[in-house]
Amino acid sequence: MTDFEVMTTRPAGAYLLEVRDLFVEFHTRDGVAKVINGVSYHLDPGETLAVLGESGSGKSVTAQAIMGILDMPPAKIPSGQIFYHGEDLLKMPEDKRRAIRGNEISMIFQDALSALNPVFSVGWQISETLRTRTGMSKGDALKRAVELMDQVKIPAARQRVKDYPHQFSGGMRQRVMIAMALAMDPKVLIADEPTTALDVTVQAQIMDLLADLRRDLNMGLILITHDLGVVADVADRIAVMYAGRIIEHADVHSIYKQPAHPYTEGLLASIPRLDTKGTELATIKGLPPNLMRLPTGCKYHPRCPYKQNVCVDTVPASLELGGGRTSACHFAKEMLDGQLR
Amino acid sequence: MASSGEVILRVDNLVKHFPITRGILFRTKIGAVKAVDGVSFELHKGETLGIVGESGCGKSTLARLLMRLEEPTAGRAVLNGKNIFKMGGTELRRLRRNVQMVMQDPYTSLNPRLTVSDIIGEPFEIHTEVAPRGDRQRRVQELLELVGLNPEHINRYPHQFSGGQRQRIGIARALALKPEIIVCDEPVSALDVSIQAQVVNLLEKLQDELGLSYIFIAHDLSVVRHISDRVGVMYLGKIIEIGTDLEIYDYPTHPYTQALLSAVPMPDPEARAHRDVIRLEGDVPSPANPPSGCRFRTRCWKAQEKCALEEPLLIRRAVEPHPSACHFAELKHVVA
Repeated sequence: MTDFEVMTTRPAGAYLLEVRDLFVEFHTRDGVAKVINGVSYHLDPGETLAVLGESGSGKSVTAQAIMGILDMPPAKIPSGQIFYHGEDLLKMPEDKRRAIRGNEISMIFQDALSALNPVFSVGWQISETLRTRTGMSKGDALKRAVELMDQVKIPAARQRVKDYPHQFSGGMRQRVMIAMALAMDPKVLIADEPTTALDVTVQAQIMDLLADLRRDLNMGLILITHDLGVVADVADRIAVMYAGRIIEHADVHSIYKQPAHPYTEGLLASIPRLDTKGTELATIKGLPPNLMRLPTGCKYHPRCPYKQNVCVDTVPASLELGGGRTSACHFAKEMLDGQLR
Repeated sequence: MASSGEVILRVDNLVKHFPITRGILFRTKIGAVKAVDGVSFELHKGETLGIVGESGCGKSTLARLLMRLEEPTAGRAVLNGKNIFKMGGTELRRLRRNVQMVMQDPYTSLNPRLTVSDIIGEPFEIHTEVAPRGDRQRRVQELLELVGLNPEHINRYPHQFSGGQRQRIGIARALALKPEIIVCDEPVSALDVSIQAQVVNLLEKLQDELGLSYIFIAHDLSVVRHISDRVGVMYLGKIIEIGTDLEIYDYPTHPYTQALLSAVPMPDPEARAHRDVIRLEGDVPSPANPPSGCRFRTRCWKAQEKCALEEPLLIRRAVEPHPSACHFAELKHVVA
């Protein structure tokens, strides 16, 4: 899935899911935090889009806006559109939206232990969705729950369906979460840092499971993560976020070969490698910006090693670099040509 | 980073079992969680020993033992010729000065009601010999400068700092008493990638300047390789393989080390296709009831009858020059 068309040429509804120029702000006592500042991305069936960013970059808030689970207030969506099969989710009445949430677009969260209810058995929690959504009988729903637990490869599912979340290990809990998310056969699965709380060997199991399910069920998968290693392993495309904007978007091979934004370059340089022992790690100097007081011009300019005057004054547009690749840097072309050093 | 070869800390067959009890009035012991079960290693002056392992393998309990925050069930840890678990009085006070700790979570390990000056200066209250009262403010400012913070921010509170800056405060506090050894328990795992690199570089710089020895505990194998001179791999309370970073990462001989390394996602999409990935089945068994013989045998693809009957020792075998606790230790390159 490396060659896709440029995003602007297709009309609304051409993609399974499309976020278009989304803005989100949080109104707090201390002021307005501009968390999302014009995010656009799209997803096709059966592909994996990784949304990469550090804490506070807005990657989870975008997902919450798609799911419609943002707390409003304090959150507010001043503008933007989210198309699912050509229909704008943000303009839909709540009951229609509710029919899509969970049925069509489903989400799994980072911390499975706090996302599960400790006082109900996992079988009850998985079958709850089926009972309320399809009116299935208790017995049938529980049978289906066992099938789902089998599908996510929980061993001895029949015996364990009556167990409670605390009786499962971290990896197994995450599998229970995935089983719940799959209950209604969604077309889009949003996974928000699904393996961050897990050990590496278990992380590998869960990532394999997600990849298998995506292929077998032809789901679109949005993988939200901060881990550049996980992304390289599973993603088709990557959207890198910084200060509420997608600053670079490309297929996974191009971005690792030659980043077209200084932030992506800095991120890639600052991770220690397993295969070599470097001397000193390259760092990105400074701190991520305060969302209440965003810098002028390019939001990355206070930390950027290639900063020019234009970066302080003008917000860079998202430049098309061909092959669906975009970069929000004034000097993206120069970066790709290797002229910035 | 180069170590001078002098052994500063020798850990000998260290064991910590936590009892599992039943009953309230009449507590009876019904079992034990074998968190650390016979760990031995040496730490040289000026070197970094990395300890890696998955959650529940006992690496944090090991850290707490070395800080003497827990009493061991058995075993010794000899620091500068003396067993730390036999110390008392002034000797113990000196130990507390000499071995310091940097904690994982910079958000909960700093008291929100204290200013930076109070947090970093608090160790001086107890160990007055390090900095006399009038000299403290200056010492705190020196420490702030040393870890790359603005010395003028001395009267600020922790919430006014970012995660990376808070971890620097935690490091400054650990340095306050001029220790020889710092135990770092997952010091960068709560930080963002770009900030993580800054803190790792700081730790390396401080080691060069102050001649510190680190015990660096982490689950992130890439970070551990970057900072460590030697690495020990733990599984269910035991070190199963130990050696220099090159020996462990490029020439691993224990199946668990191999599986662990191959499970680390590489930031290189081109490697996706031709990486030989070992997928372990299942989860780590409970340390309350570890498998007989080799503890890894329940998840190991090489397991045979011998593995269930006989516990493999952490020794040098014919094949490789570094110790590995596997009957069938065999070199396999997993990191391309």
